[in-house]
This record gives sequence, C-alpha cells and structure tokens, in this order.
Amino acid sequence: MTHIDVQVALEDSMSMPYHDLVTRRTGAAVRTLIERQLAGLADGSVAFLDFTHIGILDRSCADEFVAKLMIPLSTEHPPRDGYVVIRGVSEDHVEAIESVLLAHGLALVVQFPDGARLVGAVTDRERWLWDLVMISGIASAETLPADAGLTVQEAEQLLESLARRRLLCRVDDGYCPLGRVA
Amino acid sequence: MTAVITIPASLDEQSFETVIEQLAEVPGDAKVLVDARHCRFATPYGLTALLCLAQSREEKADFAPPEDGDTASYWSRSSFFKYADELFTMRGTVPRARSAGDSDVLLEVTPVAKNEDVHTIVTRVQEKATQILTQKLDLEPRATMGFAMTLSEACSNIIEHAGRGGWVMVQRYNWSKRRVGRDVVQIAVCDAGVGFRRSLETSRARALSDRWDDGIALETGVIGGVSRFSDPGRGQGMKGIRGWVSRFDGKLTVRSGTARIAPIIPDWDEDLPRTDGMPVFPGAQLQVIIPKRVARP
Repeated sequence: MTHIDVQVALEDSMSMPYHDLVTRRTGAAVRTLIERQLAGLADGSVAFLDFTHIGILDRSCADEFVAKLMIPLSTEHPPRDGYVVIRGVSEDHVEAIESVLLAHGLALVVQFPDGARLVGAVTDRERWLWDLVMISGIASAETLPADAGLTVQEAEQLLESLARRRLLCRVDDGYCPLGRVA
Repeated sequence: MTAVITIPASLDEQSFETVIEQLAEVPGDAKVLVDARHCRFATPYGLTALLCLAQSREEKADFAPPEDGDTASYWSRSSFFKYADELFTMRGTVPRARSAGDSDVLLEVTPVAKNEDVHTIVTRVQEKATQILTQKLDLEPRATMGFAMTLSEACSNIIEHAGRGGWVMVQRYNWSKRRVGRDVVQIAVCDAGVGFRRSLETSRARALSDRWDDGIALETGVIGGVSRFSDPGRGQGMKGIRGWVSRFDGKLTVRSGTARIAPIIPDWDEDLPRTDGMPVFPGAQLQVIIPKRVARP
C-alpha cells in the first residue's frame, strides 16, 4: 500500500503552498504528478490518495484530477495494473468526486472513518455484491450465499466487472477488497 | 467627438442596461467619456461591468469619477480605481487607495486572468466568508465550501473560455427595505471576452441546433452544461454553481451578448427566465445573490 498526500502533490505540482484543489489546470498538474508516482509502483499496488489536508475541491478540478486519473485504469486494457482508494474526504469533496465520476460512468472506493464504500456509477446489485466481498474478505462466484439471487455466471460477470473497474482485486481463488480496507 | 456615457445614480445589474443602451448608440472605435460623477451607489456587478466596458473599447475611454466623497471612497476601498486607473484615462481626482476595511466587502474587485488568480481569490474569500455567511446570513458552516467552489468555478470559466481576463467582487448588503427583506451576499463575475455564443460555436450542440443566438448559447452552456469540449466531464462547473445557488435559495443570472437568462429565480424575486434582443455587450456577466436563511414554517 502506498500513501499519497494530495496536498503535498498539489504543493509540488504548483510550486505554491496551496490547499485548495480548484481549476482544471491545477487538476491536470496534480494528476500528472500523481500518475508519475503511480507509474513507479509495483503491479497490483494499491495507492491511497489522502485528501485530509485539502480545503476546497471544485468539480472542474475533480474532473481533471480524479476522473481522468481513473479513466485509463478502468479500461479493458489499462496501461498499468494498479488500484486507487481515496481517503480523508469531507462531504463536499465526496459530492464533487461523485458528480464527476457519474459523468464518466466511473466509480471509486472511498474510505470513510466508519468503513469503505463505493462512490460513483454503480448499480444497487454491484454495490450489494461489493459489500459482500468487503464483509467476507474474499469471494468467488461459486462461494456466494444461496440467497444472493445470482447464478454463478451472473455473479462471475459482476465480480469481473467490479475488478475491471478497479473496485475489487482479482486473486487466485476469487476477488478481494482493495488493500483489505474493510 | 467624444460620446458621453452617463452612469446612473444607482448602478447595479438592472441599471447597467442603461449604460449598455447608451454604448449601443456609439461606434466601437469612438472615444467615450464614462461620466460617473452623479453615481452614489454601485454593486459588485456595476463596478466589475464598468471595468469590462473599459476593456471593450478600442480607444481608451475617459472616466469621470463620482463627485460624492463617500461613494468615491467606497469605490477606492473596493479596489475599483486600482484597476480603473489603468483601463480608463481618469478625468478628476480619486481618493488615495486604502485597503478595504469594510466588514461587508468579502472580496474587493479582483482580476481573474490566470490560474493563480483563482487560488488567490478562493484563499482570500474564505477568510471572511465563513464569518459573514454563518453570522449574518445564518447559513451552515458548510455553505462556505460551496460558496468558494461557486466562485472558483465562475472564475475558472473566464480563464477557460473567455479568451480575456475578467473581474470578480463579493459584497454583503442589508436589503431589509427591498422585496427580499433581509441580508444578502452578492457575487459578480464579469468579463468582456468572447461570450457564450462564440465560445460554443464549435460545440456539438451548435452543430445540432437549427437556430443559434446568444439566448440559445446561454441556455446551452448554463442550463445544459455544454462546453465547447466534447468531453463528458465538462460542464460540471455550471452544474455545481446552479446546485449551490438553488440549495441556498439564491438567484443566478447570466448575461452574454444580446441575451440574459435567470436559470434560478427564487420565490423572493421576480424575473424573466430569458430575455433576448438586448443591446450587445461583450463577454459574459454572471451574478449570484444569496439571501439570509429563513426558517421554513
């Protein structure tokens, strides 16, 4: 697991002691810096982006930074095998992040003080299944409880989709939470 | 010959239209004298729009400052003359610039031309906003975040789309004698750039539209959240502004070219959702009014 303080990335990318993530240009500069940091990580690494020291996050900046950071990772053939989890966010941060993720059909794992949850474009069924994996620690289509109401094939498709979207990790015997953040 | 443009005694969003009407009668390259001698009151919209007027003239305009000492002093404390001095040729004396001590000025007239300006604006406005929004307007502390975001998004639009620098100013007023009957905070973000119609000229929305004018462009950009970029993540800023203004029972109006829209009209005010065929004024002028919160029955 790698911890990235977003405020430090903001300060480094802008060469100014800023605390607010505002404007597209700022978002692009921070994303570029963090992409470089992520590129240096081992395959399968989980990076925790910590927003604790960030004040304002506007939607334009969130789109340029968070959404565009996730777009390549969520494609069928991502340029690298890595995962991103967000933490240290306020209600306003979540609102901005969720809004831009929805616009792109993306989702992210966000760690809150009371546990992790999905933010962005996910169906109720995907959310339910993801919660199940978080609780059990590891799951596969074959080991889901009978009352899941899913065929093995349906469950496999959903789990695979969540893994492709970088919301779960694929392991030898199934799927597990990112960095076991539950 | 110099054309005289008379500034009304009370200069706000509505009365600035009389200024634009006068300008419409004057060729773009004509010399003008902006006569503010009898002006006694100006809102953030009025002051920032005056600077846009100066930017829009081919020949540097002359400016006659208010004769009333208190008015001129306020304009000075609001940093208006700091920038007007560069953009106009001053015809008359103006009070020496002093830092704004007014507790009701949340943000003096501030230029918006580059990315760093938005950071400066957001940092500066937060210092005063929390106190005024929570104590004078009874808004929840969280409102400050949305307030700063609204400012940053509106200012970002100038940098991203206007093609020329603009201006922002924020002020609190006691409007107990007006229809709203309570304190308000007024935000004005004005530029004299390309405006919505030209900015969206290359957009897909334009290509799909049979008709294209300033009113349609305004609705496309402000209400439809369309930008000249086809990226699905664009248009988030305006969406955020509308959401925040609506949540706090505020009012939003945007003027560009020959049209003006009021996409959010609260119960405490009356307005037309869209007005077309107005005299042309370059760029885009946005105004947000947030009133003091009232307890719902």
